Amino acid sequence: MQIIKIKKGLDIPLKGVAAKVTGGFFIPNYVAIKPADFVNVLPRMIVNPGDRVKAGTPLFKNKYDERIVFTSPVSGVVMEPIRGDKRLIMEIPVKADQDIFYEEFGRQDISSMNAEDIRSLLTKSGLWTYIRQRPYDLIPSVDATPRDIYISTFDTSPLAPDYNFVLKEKVTYFQAGIDALAKLSNGRVHLGLDGSLDNNIFSSVKNAELHYFKGPHPTGNVSVQIHHTKPINKGETIWHLNPQDVAMIGKLFVDGIYDARRTIALTGPEAREPFYQEVVVGCKLKPIIESQTKQQHLRVISGNVLTGSSVSAEGFLGYYHHQLTFITEGDYYEFAGWAMPGFKKFSNSRVFFSWLFPGKKYDFDTNYHGGHRPLVMSGQYEKVFPFNILPVYLVKAILAQDIEKMESLGIYEVAPEDFALCDYVCTSKTEVQQIVREGMEMLRKEMS
Amino acid sequence: MKGLRKYIDSIKPNFRKGGRFAKLESTFDAFETFLYVPKKVTLSGSHIRDSVDLKRTMIIVVIALMPSLIFGMWNVGYQFHKAMGTSVSILADFWFGFQAVLPIIVVSYVTGLAIEFISAQIRHHEVNEGFLVTGMLIPLIMPVNIPLWVVAVGTAFAVIFVKEVFGGTGMNIFNPALVARAFIFFAYPSEISGDSPWIFGFDNNLMGVDGITGATALSHAASGHMESIPSLSDLFFGFIPGCIGETSKLAILIGALILIITGIGSLRIMLSVITGGVIMTLIFNLIGANTYMQIDPMTQLMMGGFMFGAVFMATDPVTASQTPSGKIVYGVLIGVFAILVRVFNPAYPEGMMLSILLMNTFAPLIDHVVVQNNIRKRLKRLPKITNNVEPK
Repeated sequence: MQIIKIKKGLDIPLKGVAAKVTGGFFIPNYVAIKPADFVNVLPRMIVNPGDRVKAGTPLFKNKYDERIVFTSPVSGVVMEPIRGDKRLIMEIPVKADQDIFYEEFGRQDISSMNAEDIRSLLTKSGLWTYIRQRPYDLIPSVDATPRDIYISTFDTSPLAPDYNFVLKEKVTYFQAGIDALAKLSNGRVHLGLDGSLDNNIFSSVKNAELHYFKGPHPTGNVSVQIHHTKPINKGETIWHLNPQDVAMIGKLFVDGIYDARRTIALTGPEAREPFYQEVVVGCKLKPIIESQTKQQHLRVISGNVLTGSSVSAEGFLGYYHHQLTFITEGDYYEFAGWAMPGFKKFSNSRVFFSWLFPGKKYDFDTNYHGGHRPLVMSGQYEKVFPFNILPVYLVKAILAQDIEKMESLGIYEVAPEDFALCDYVCTSKTEVQQIVREGMEMLRKEMS
Repeated sequence: MKGLRKYIDSIKPNFRKGGRFAKLESTFDAFETFLYVPKKVTLSGSHIRDSVDLKRTMIIVVIALMPSLIFGMWNVGYQFHKAMGTSVSILADFWFGFQAVLPIIVVSYVTGLAIEFISAQIRHHEVNEGFLVTGMLIPLIMPVNIPLWVVAVGTAFAVIFVKEVFGGTGMNIFNPALVARAFIFFAYPSEISGDSPWIFGFDNNLMGVDGITGATALSHAASGHMESIPSLSDLFFGFIPGCIGETSKLAILIGALILIITGIGSLRIMLSVITGGVIMTLIFNLIGANTYMQIDPMTQLMMGGFMFGAVFMATDPVTASQTPSGKIVYGVLIGVFAILVRVFNPAYPEGMMLSILLMNTFAPLIDHVVVQNNIRKRLKRLPKITNNVEPK
């Protein structure tokens, strides 16, 4: 077993890892799909408020590509969409039944299906929308064929769920998902596995190429795994999926239903009892937040602290999120904070004395810890960016809107999430993820 | 502390747009953020941020300069009393030097910060912390006899024409502290070179108690008096005349250690500069055409501002090369040129200053080559186009 060792990166020592216990299935009152969870998606409603839907009934399609439909994760009654500025649809809620009824897509024999059958079943059931592509980090077109498909079976981001635990009873579904996906690609399905584990449930998966990785975050990011196995060149497309979503696709073929249940990790220093909970994609989080909240002055993040999005008390779980993180809001003044010894302040540089205590875990909060400045320090991003890409020069090319430079410096290989640690470590508090996202959108519009 | 916070919040509106002191907004912000880290929270991107900020970074560099400053102050007193033929306690030496050096520091900070505050206000920006370091570096690379008005003129020139016109901290091409020194070096050469300025209160007319001259090791070497170069241990510990902060290599190395441990100074650049210096000296040793060429590498490194430049000037992240491999090329070339200038051009004994400024000019070019290299590697990976291959 060859292990690819990644040296660069950073494991943020955040308190509140989820205990390996799963609470029962949490039945939601409401479920919503938020168009803002996707890139380049503008909803055109298929159903009307008041319509009854089953799990797997189309709710809306994408105006930019009407072949991509989004289906309801649960059965229930469609509610009035919640709109924001300029009547833009923000949330499409469904009032959920207490028992879920499913659309029947029919049990399938994957080995006898061809790529077209698989493609049409995935689009019809709405599960196509769980596939995302490099470059541009969005849902691929329904007629696209990728060079390869990559699935990272472990997540190294702070307090991320352990898919070895979450999927231990769903390996057959996962295998079925792999078998179906394998028929869609020109190349192969590649699995990224955590090389530090002895018993890895994914090591028995067939019909895929296994790659073992070891190293700090972002080693679990699919871009890193692609870069260190078969890097993306201009003009090539790679698809990637979350392992839980692969199992969901597997279930679609084996049982013939869209079962949108997934196990999420409830984590963070401010979670009362960090553990795993089985929920539905897009479920309303209010009961979970209320049961987990220790205090009021809180930020609840759907996803992890580096890339997730904050949700209000009335908010919903993100489409691609498998984790909730609870941390304190940091809107306080700190007297002479820059001058203190800083035993309780974690930093990737050793400018605070906390570096004398490796292995210690910290309560992080959302304070910026300083003001925004022009870039001064060099070599900071490189320490947490395990690509043969010059991150600062790529960011500067984006700021200068130099499309050609962005391409040649490797923007096709990365997604904003790969720059999350750059956001974190930056002394000048630069919003690197946001810049990269803007650069990708600029490039995509230029190319289309 | 709550009272102070309340007071700041209560006077804040006066400094906002439309307030009575709106023209002092940047100044107020600078003092407020100096007292309190702002309560701003993340809105997009990563929800948590590293505790480090530019204030902390700059303060660490200032702390790293403290050993050099404290030793420098003591050495000013020591050199003075030695020249007078007297000997006093360590504290008395230090106190003497403290009184001599403090005005230079004050002038440097007041001039520079005033310009920084004004230009921040003109641009409606927050005041940048960069000058905290520059303002300390400038006194440390001055001779103690430098007239205060010269310090003020040099600082003002550097801050305005090297930093602010380029857009402030982070945008400058040349190291402002070194430009301040270079400006003085060319505009007022007699104040900063030759034998006179290195011992407090001494100029050419007063020279001569017990035949002691104030000449630095470099000027001995440049004028061919190799026998007058102080011993290696004096050079290392710094019991020699010279710029205020550059004499003690021990103090500089303590500072270097602080920069390396905290990860703020680039060890890669420091080692590259030293390597470059050693390589060039060894080449000269092989040629051995004159006595200056025959000086051994250790003495070369210990003379003048070589070590101070390698640790505190070449590592300036804004003006140095920013790519990992570029830093090595940049550092080695600084070392090479510093020795080259020293040995070949006796008119400019302090080759280090000129060498770093020269490489500041070339740093973007070095980075450009590294970036192009990275781009070429990516292009090479592209699948070969095989459409036009003739069948055999």
